[in-house]
Amino acid sequence: MADNERVPTVIADDAHIIYRVLQGPGAGNSPLASFKRIATRTKNSNIREVHAVKGVSFVAYRGEAIGLIGTNGSGKSTLLRAVAGLLPVSRGGIYAAGQPSLLGVNAALMNELPGDQNVELGCLAMGMSPAEVKAKKDEIIEFSGINEKGDFSSLPMRTYSSGMSARLRFSIAAAKQHDVLLIDEALATGDASFRKRSEARVRELRAQAGTVFLVSHSEQSIRDTCERCIWLEAGSIRADGPTADVMKEYEAFSRR
Amino acid sequence: MPETAVASADAGLSLKELARRHGLSYSGRLPSLPEYTRQLWEYRHFIRAHAGAKITSSLGNTKLGAVWQVLTPVINAAVYYVIFGLVLNTHKSMDNFISYLCIGVFVFQFTQSSVQIGMNSITGNIGMIRALHFPRATLPISAALVEIRNFMVALIVLFGIVLVDGEPLTFQWLLVAPILLLQSIFNIGLIMFMARYVTKMSDVRQLVPFIMRFWLYGSAVLYPVTQFESVLKGWMLQVVEANPMLVFIELYRHALLEGTTLANVPAVLWIQAVAWSVVVGILGFVYFWRGEKGYGRG
Ligand SMILES: Nc1ncnc2c1ncn2[C@@H]1O[C@H](COP(=O)(O)OP(=O)(O)O)[C@@H](O)[C@H]1O
Ligand SMILES: [Mg+2]
Repeated sequence: MADNERVPTVIADDAHIIYRVLQGPGAGNSPLASFKRIATRTKNSNIREVHAVKGVSFVAYRGEAIGLIGTNGSGKSTLLRAVAGLLPVSRGGIYAAGQPSLLGVNAALMNELPGDQNVELGCLAMGMSPAEVKAKKDEIIEFSGINEKGDFSSLPMRTYSSGMSARLRFSIAAAKQHDVLLIDEALATGDASFRKRSEARVRELRAQAGTVFLVSHSEQSIRDTCERCIWLEAGSIRADGPTADVMKEYEAFSRR
Repeated sequence: MPETAVASADAGLSLKELARRHGLSYSGRLPSLPEYTRQLWEYRHFIRAHAGAKITSSLGNTKLGAVWQVLTPVINAAVYYVIFGLVLNTHKSMDNFISYLCIGVFVFQFTQSSVQIGMNSITGNIGMIRALHFPRATLPISAALVEIRNFMVALIVLFGIVLVDGEPLTFQWLLVAPILLLQSIFNIGLIMFMARYVTKMSDVRQLVPFIMRFWLYGSAVLYPVTQFESVLKGWMLQVVEANPMLVFIELYRHALLEGTTLANVPAVLWIQAVAWSVVVGILGFVYFWRGEKGYGRG
């Protein structure tokens, strides 16, 4: 029975996610106008709302690897952030077993700080103890390969090429074991040799994780890793099913 | 067959019921206040590292680096001394006016820059918030630590000014430690309040400079506190004298200066200071905690 029992690990129930964007200072930003808005509790007209995910529902089960596909700006990263509990859901709900972790290349670090200090900070922010951080620090820097061309780990992150900083971010995030693992285009990072290394690392993490979500623009890596696929378009689910079927539909759509 | 039994138990359930049946937790669930406090304690190393990182990166940005830390309060005090001490000559009756003025300026500056940094402690770290999981209150707390550390540097400068101005070094100076503690708790509360409030009402940013100036004038920083007594009476005077900044500044003056006229007897000032820091500290923390799950929205 244990084989066939399907245990849900992530459930999205009609989830809506809305970003609020504050536009730069413009008209109506004088102190007097601000005071008036605070006194009357009206919204700043400079705040625009972006409805990024519009009513998404799905159930993900233990042992599944789910590919998330869709054109740019269709809401894939946004959805993953909400599953990770990093972005609040405006309507509906997202439920998860344990604490899902987002493995993204966008994890912001502090650009003024050298790489090794960013490694420490990132690991502490992921909840590691100082002893764990100390033990893993060299390994992480080694894995990221930023020191291959000289001692870059002691230079501020702002001096890194975008590929280098993406590699470092991925290496930090991949240093921890996760229950529900959300991977956002992390595999596309860096050059060929790093990609091979990171793919191996993701496979390792996958083997230990309960459920994996993978966002990738590489069709091949989705086909290789995911048996199920969700196609997101303009914030709504267009298709959800076996990878081969969904991929076929998606390709037909994008060729148009 | 057991498989179908399981399947049928799940069948027909709404997604919400299914989630509950399998013990999944709502991703926006707010931890209880004790649970949240415990998480914060577990993240104390992160807080320290984050504050340390902020300090090194802020020092690295300017050529003079650490020298500015000392220079900024000194320049501030010099400007105020020229305007209020020499030009306007507010201090006819006081011989320790420079010390009196500098204590006010430095102490007020501590809270003022805390308020300013508080407004950025969420909005300025939004990238990190959207990428990693950690109790968000670590950010305002680390911001507060940076401010406390900067103020301790300023305090050393202040001690120098007060000594040069001819005040004796006494045991009473030790009272600075508990006052600093109380003001720091007060500031943390304010920072947490501001951090969340600007995410809800970004308009306050425009108003804060005016509020701070108004507060400065109401805190007897630039002129003797006794001036309030000559123009205000009854409950109005009591309201002005209950102003937390005035209370803190008066306590520092009580600790560092000999023979100043205080707004109240020290015992009353101490009670007021404790009350303010406990109330503002707790309310600020609770207010911030209530918004914990929404900070990623920006
Ligand atoms: N920080 C943000 N603030 C406002 N809007 C955003 C933000 N991030 C993404 N969006 C918007 O949300 C939508 C979905 O974006 P995203 O989830 O990044 O798409 P994808 O990852 O599928 O390319 C887009 O319309 C994008 O403009
Ligand atoms: Mg994306």
